[in-house]
Amino acid sequence: MLKSRILHRAQTMDGFRLGTGVFAFFLVLIVATLGWELWRQSLLSLQKFGFGFWVTETWDPVAGRFGALPFIWGTLYSSILALLLATPVAIGIAVFISELCPARLKQPLIFLTELLAAIPSIVYGLWGIFVLVPAVRALQVATPSALRQLPLFSGPPLGVGMLSAGVILAIMIVPFTSSVAREVLKSVPAAQREAAYALGATRLEAIRAALFYARTGIVGAVMLGFGRALGETMAVTMVIGNSPQVSWSLFAPQYTMAAVLANEFTEAANPLYLNALIEIGLFLFIITLAVNSLSRLLIWRMGRIGKEVVTLPAPAEAAA
Amino acid sequence: MNGIARRQALSWLFVGFCGLSVLVALVPLAFILFFVLSQGLQALNLGFFTHMPTPVGEPGGGMANAIVGTLILIGLGSMFAVPVGIMCGVYLSEYAGTRFASLVRFAADTLNGVPSIVIGVFAYGVAVLPFRQFSALAGGFALGVMMIPIVARTTEELLLLVPATMREGALALGATHARAVFTVVLPSALPGIVTGVMLALARIAGETAPLLFTAFSNRFFTTKLNQPIASLTVQVYTYAISPYADWHRQAWAGALVLVSIVALCSVLARVATRRLERMHAR
Repeated sequence: MLKSRILHRAQTMDGFRLGTGVFAFFLVLIVATLGWELWRQSLLSLQKFGFGFWVTETWDPVAGRFGALPFIWGTLYSSILALLLATPVAIGIAVFISELCPARLKQPLIFLTELLAAIPSIVYGLWGIFVLVPAVRALQVATPSALRQLPLFSGPPLGVGMLSAGVILAIMIVPFTSSVAREVLKSVPAAQREAAYALGATRLEAIRAALFYARTGIVGAVMLGFGRALGETMAVTMVIGNSPQVSWSLFAPQYTMAAVLANEFTEAANPLYLNALIEIGLFLFIITLAVNSLSRLLIWRMGRIGKEVVTLPAPAEAAA
Repeated sequence: MNGIARRQALSWLFVGFCGLSVLVALVPLAFILFFVLSQGLQALNLGFFTHMPTPVGEPGGGMANAIVGTLILIGLGSMFAVPVGIMCGVYLSEYAGTRFASLVRFAADTLNGVPSIVIGVFAYGVAVLPFRQFSALAGGFALGVMMIPIVARTTEELLLLVPATMREGALALGATHARAVFTVVLPSALPGIVTGVMLALARIAGETAPLLFTAFSNRFFTTKLNQPIASLTVQVYTYAISPYADWHRQAWAGALVLVSIVALCSVLARVATRRLERMHAR
């Protein structure tokens, strides 16, 4: 009945539909304008450098030579590092809250992890400068010199650099990944776990089965965190050291796409410089759009799989 | 037997790992809140709210201009985004099955995922460049663009919670579609809409990146909307990366105020949700 009413309404066009539709159209228009505007404002740079922009390592505003490789490198490196650090923790939290913890602890834990997501980026950055960076510097000084010979740990102990950026990004994306992973685990039918337990599985084995069942959605949750990390600006800008270089070293100060926008946008004195920066913004827009869309697609597909499976009402639920 | 013992041990190891993950996430949270509170409280006094920034080296001073600036920017953003967001939400819930609604939903989710710095670049292109002037209006526009998708999606979700019988009752009494929505459905979802607005405010109140090249910053007190304006977040950023100890103290105080604003909005959102749940539980 509800469906037929919706269908009927969908077929009629009246003032109400037009009135609210204008606003809905405005929202679509904003997104379209956003993409178009970024493209239009970066035309100069697009035409002058072409594809070479993305593989050139030189960033020299004075000489008017612009290559975005160090920024892409820094963005991908820091985001992947954050992903490696955050994913096990985030999934651990999701499993703990949805499968293991006592019911009384559930809400407080959800609240606390959400608090982590509510803290503004600038506050993370402030904490990063005055607490995290000195700690990382101490860690770098304490690193044995044999290890410091490796390319992964080379460079002077500055504190600011890739490691600090990765750690702070990891802290920031944990709540996003874990909350989506939690939702995804919730959509795994209870029968799935009960079947595993009935066959004599241990907790680990039952949860592994649930995680495997939910793998599509879990990957979506991880990608969502990745999308967040790619675009994160202030906290990273404040701890990564802002030095445009391509380096494998965790200790080396580097740069990200978002950070170079934050730092140099108001300083861009000539049109080409500004266009080059906006082209970086365009790329950031496209890559986050792609990552987020893929992540939503995976989570959505997971939700659909959950609904397709016919589940018998679990006796435990029926009794409760 | 040995196999079972091993499996049990592995299982407990995994349970331990999950518990540990929670601790690993809570430690930085505790650390951050501890530092913001302890450093912030030391530096916070009445003067912080009432005084203007002093030049480097002169002790004292506050962020009166930045606090007013942040309130103005948030106000401008809300004035722009709340009506647009609510109307989008109404459209999405009323015409949920249409193809255009799917497109709008996709646009909203896309906008929600766009990095805030890119929103800043966009606002610079449409609200700063044409006027050759950084302004409070451009900053408010940038924040508003970030708010719209949040308000729209929460409004949509919470309108769907309103029982169909209420709408049917209104329609049965001869109300037009618009009238049923605006006088019956929307008011009964009001706490839910407040939740959406509060969540959006909590998200944008702490934003720095979209303001850097739209509202810019201002050493002076201003309420002119066509002029660059200071904001708490940008001020905290400037002070944090400066080499002066006194400015660092002020940055912590600013961070404490920011966290308090965000916490207040989150709590209000929670209270509103509770009210909505109670309203419809009856």
